[in-house]
Amino acid sequence: MTDALLAGELPLPPRPDYLRHGSTIASWLTTTDHKRIAILYAVTITFFFFLGGAAITAVRLELFQPNGWFLTSDSYNKLFSFHGIVMVWFFLVPSIPNTLGNFLLPLMIGAPDVAFPRLNLFSWYLTLAAGALTVYALLAGGVDTGWTFYTPYSSMFSNTHVFAAAAGVFVVGFASIATGVNFIATTHMLRAPGMTWFRLPLFVWAIYATSLIMVLATPVLAISLLLVIAERWLGLPIFDPSRGGDPVLFQHLFWFYSHPAVYIMVLPAMGVVSEIIPCFARRRIFGYDFMVYAMLAISGIGFFVWGHHMFVSGQSALASLVFSFLSFIIAVPSAIKVFNWTASLYRGQISFESPMLYALGFVGLFTTGGLSGLFLASIPVDIHVTDTYFVVAHFHYIMVGGSVSAFFAGLHFWWPKATGKLYPESWAKFAAILMYSGFNMTFLPQFFAGYLGMPRRYHTYPAEFQIYNVMSSAGAAVLAVAYLLPLGYLTWSLFYGGRAGNNPWEATGLEWTTTSPPPPKNFDWQPRVDREPYDYHAEGLSAGTDRPEVQNVREIQ
Amino acid sequence: MSDESAVLREPWLDFDRQREAAKFGIWVFLGSEALFFGALLMTYTVCRVEHPEAFAAAGRETNIWYGTINTAVLLTSSLSMAMASQAAESGMRFRRLVLGCLLATVLLGLAFIVIKGFEYKEDIDKHLVPGAGFALPQAGAQLFYGLYWLVTGVHAVHLSIGMVLVSRLFWMFYQRKLRISENPELEVTALYWHLVDIVWIFLYPLIYLPGRAS
Amino acid sequence: MNSSFSLPEATTHAVTVDHIFYLLLVLSGATVVLVFGLILLFAVRYRRGSSAKRGPMPELLSHEFEIGWTLATLLTFAFLFWWVSSADLSSLAAPVGALEIHVVAKQWMWKTQHSNGAREINALHVPINQPVHLLMSSQDVIHSFFVPAFRVKKDVLPGRDTDIWFQATETGVFSLLCAEYCGTNHSMMRGKIIVMRQEDYAKWLVQQPEGDDLAHEGAKLFVAQGCSGCHAGSSNVHAPRLDGLYGRAVQLSDGRTVKADDAYLRDSILEPKRDVVAGYEPIMPSFKGILDDGEIQSLTAYIRSLAQEKQND
Repeated sequence: MTDALLAGELPLPPRPDYLRHGSTIASWLTTTDHKRIAILYAVTITFFFFLGGAAITAVRLELFQPNGWFLTSDSYNKLFSFHGIVMVWFFLVPSIPNTLGNFLLPLMIGAPDVAFPRLNLFSWYLTLAAGALTVYALLAGGVDTGWTFYTPYSSMFSNTHVFAAAAGVFVVGFASIATGVNFIATTHMLRAPGMTWFRLPLFVWAIYATSLIMVLATPVLAISLLLVIAERWLGLPIFDPSRGGDPVLFQHLFWFYSHPAVYIMVLPAMGVVSEIIPCFARRRIFGYDFMVYAMLAISGIGFFVWGHHMFVSGQSALASLVFSFLSFIIAVPSAIKVFNWTASLYRGQISFESPMLYALGFVGLFTTGGLSGLFLASIPVDIHVTDTYFVVAHFHYIMVGGSVSAFFAGLHFWWPKATGKLYPESWAKFAAILMYSGFNMTFLPQFFAGYLGMPRRYHTYPAEFQIYNVMSSAGAAVLAVAYLLPLGYLTWSLFYGGRAGNNPWEATGLEWTTTSPPPPKNFDWQPRVDREPYDYHAEGLSAGTDRPEVQNVREIQ
Repeated sequence: MSDESAVLREPWLDFDRQREAAKFGIWVFLGSEALFFGALLMTYTVCRVEHPEAFAAAGRETNIWYGTINTAVLLTSSLSMAMASQAAESGMRFRRLVLGCLLATVLLGLAFIVIKGFEYKEDIDKHLVPGAGFALPQAGAQLFYGLYWLVTGVHAVHLSIGMVLVSRLFWMFYQRKLRISENPELEVTALYWHLVDIVWIFLYPLIYLPGRAS
Repeated sequence: MNSSFSLPEATTHAVTVDHIFYLLLVLSGATVVLVFGLILLFAVRYRRGSSAKRGPMPELLSHEFEIGWTLATLLTFAFLFWWVSSADLSSLAAPVGALEIHVVAKQWMWKTQHSNGAREINALHVPINQPVHLLMSSQDVIHSFFVPAFRVKKDVLPGRDTDIWFQATETGVFSLLCAEYCGTNHSMMRGKIIVMRQEDYAKWLVQQPEGDDLAHEGAKLFVAQGCSGCHAGSSNVHAPRLDGLYGRAVQLSDGRTVKADDAYLRDSILEPKRDVVAGYEPIMPSFKGILDDGEIQSLTAYIRSLAQEKQND
């Protein structure tokens, strides 16, 4: 690049954006452009979302009747297992990090790509291979161990395709680890000049904290599944009590990963919401430093609470007390974040475009779900409600009400940037409100059913719970429509949507300074950063109505 | 065409930064490997605390000669790997030394696998495979050997991956397709090889020394 | 059909659990009202273009304020932990003299056995106002013993005993459900806990068919399964004597000394080569697959009774 170009004095020759730069299938399947890889992931996780959704549609239909009506118990058990496996590992874990994270991380830090672009593509192929193994498990007859694969049922008793399903999860774990390594290295090594750690957008911090967990927790999942596979395939006695093994050991290994995994699923969502609320409230985020420390605290403390899944497993009372205490403590940083998002609305100039509706929905649903976690952290209450629908409601409030809402929030917020198109806003608002309503209709009754004693993973259930199941299934129908709507109008926008400018939301952040869609190398000049993030107004003031000065001034059409 | 640009990759503008990132990346990955083997070793530890005498009895059945020779072989391979890495610092001057050390590393790794193969055969002949007909009566002994086969198998897989990586480097250097000095791939491979070695250093006392120490 | 809207508080423990639940509900409710309320308030008051005051932010909202509310939250949650944990410490160990009942879970049924030998399938009769201590094990996979009306739940494991206790405070019939997924018929693995008045329970117990108490049944098994062939006084085989064994210290061949408790007896029957008594050859055969958990419990009761008889001599 010549000096004149660097100084931005000469107009650049027109060049295609990243979507149009190479249009063969091969160019997509061999791409190392993080933005294209993000699109590849987006297509993949959408497929798995609807696959997992189809499974649970069958389940919720069956649950209209207390004694079932069109499924055998075995089929039912396979369907809820498949739903869990697909939704956790093939949708929730990769969704925000591998789609939004992949797309935005380099853009937000002013880099041309991630640190290891070829590894990035390899991660996607690993995800595909893993998905193939899991779909094979389904087509060959399914797996019925639940997504938690508890021994000795999974290692010695189940007659279903445990090997294939566990192998699928094992492989996708390595995709996760590779992504984590990539994102950590990118954040350390590729920040633009002036982009110091405490000028990073909170989304970048969120992805960073998530990546730490991905790298350190996922290997333990791999080992726990490897041990189950070894027991089934090679007859090893690790979890077989008649040969000296201990089935509860599996639970410790499994939850050592799976608890931090829920933070993999929620931290990126928190990052998305932290980008959207300041933009639509036109305010600096309240308490940036504390937001950073809170996310790091969540990722750190998250490694030490796994035993709260095992209060009734036969573990010692002392262990339970320690895990209970730490589980109460880990609620504190999440609470701080909720306070800060709320405070960021104070004296704002708030508008309610669909990303903001989804983001505010996240705050409400995450708060509800998080508070229900306090019940579960209390040992006496947990003993009563664990393994009931109370827990099912709790984690769906956070993972679906929380992470999925935030995913949709981010999808809508950055859709113009990634595609260069505008989606129809009224449809989007309608879908957001429908999703929020359908979600509560589906999952709020489950708190009641759970406390009254309806266990989870029950194909048939005592008749007194029917009223809650009917409400929940009806809500699920609404929710299904709400999820199909964006599939419709977002696809429509690709062909017929209006053209998006560089910064349709008038947001701060380096990604908004480049074109929509961005060029293949993200920026046509070297970004330099000299101000803090969320620079919507001067420090110490509240929201005005002025457009924030866009960083780096240059606006290239 | 300078060697340097052949090695500079996207998104790096600066070769030093690329090297730094490669080293940083492999260290982060080694962190995940530490948790991977750590989980296996934690499983072993829990089982051993539960069945101390069974583990001691089982440990006595391992072949300490094979184990010790293999340890020497692997440690030597780490030495040759480190020498290759060090020699590469000076670029073309020590090209033959680098190539020789890489080759030695691969061959020593292969020797490890071969010796392990003999050891496995002996273990099978002695009925030390968990399942019906297992040689020792204690339940915990089957647990020990279950973990033994699994951990050494996983270690062997890692070693094999390492051998493929080192062989590839040897070949690319030999064909002069990659520059030798300051090569990030060489440094990454060397660190990975040292991980495989360090894991073995933990495995050796846990496999070969129970029941023999006192 | 039970009520869809309320759950009985049928044990002393249930009342405590519900109190904790309601406290947390009130706190959560207050938090939800606060958070949702503020969000709604700000959303309306500070909507774009509204006339509410913006301008400089109040000095109150400073770093110290943040540290303050962080500490307040931390202290509140720490206090909550202490409060809920200490409220229920009595549930940790069964009181002395509790009525002991053995439970064996298997796919997909519950087998219960009273100490006088009375057995039930998918049902358990218990007296009101008396502590009941359940000793549980599984014959196959992990199950979980869940009685919602009692607010009790505990996993039932293969190869290891777990236990819970409760004191029922209401007569009636209460649902028992399996709460750990255990295969095809997990959702049908249900039973009934029947709480009776003490006199009624006593009458019921006496009426149970083949009410051989556990120890007598164990004595019969001891002969039938061939244990007496080696362990009886008249045997030629050099095997440890079992009179007075229960509760005593035993010296093992590897030098360790262990106590002859239930776990030791169970291991000796299922894995006799594991802990061999000093001075004896490891020739005892294993009864794994030959004796089920219920039979092992009977034999254990018999061996325990030998110790008591010896004391009484």
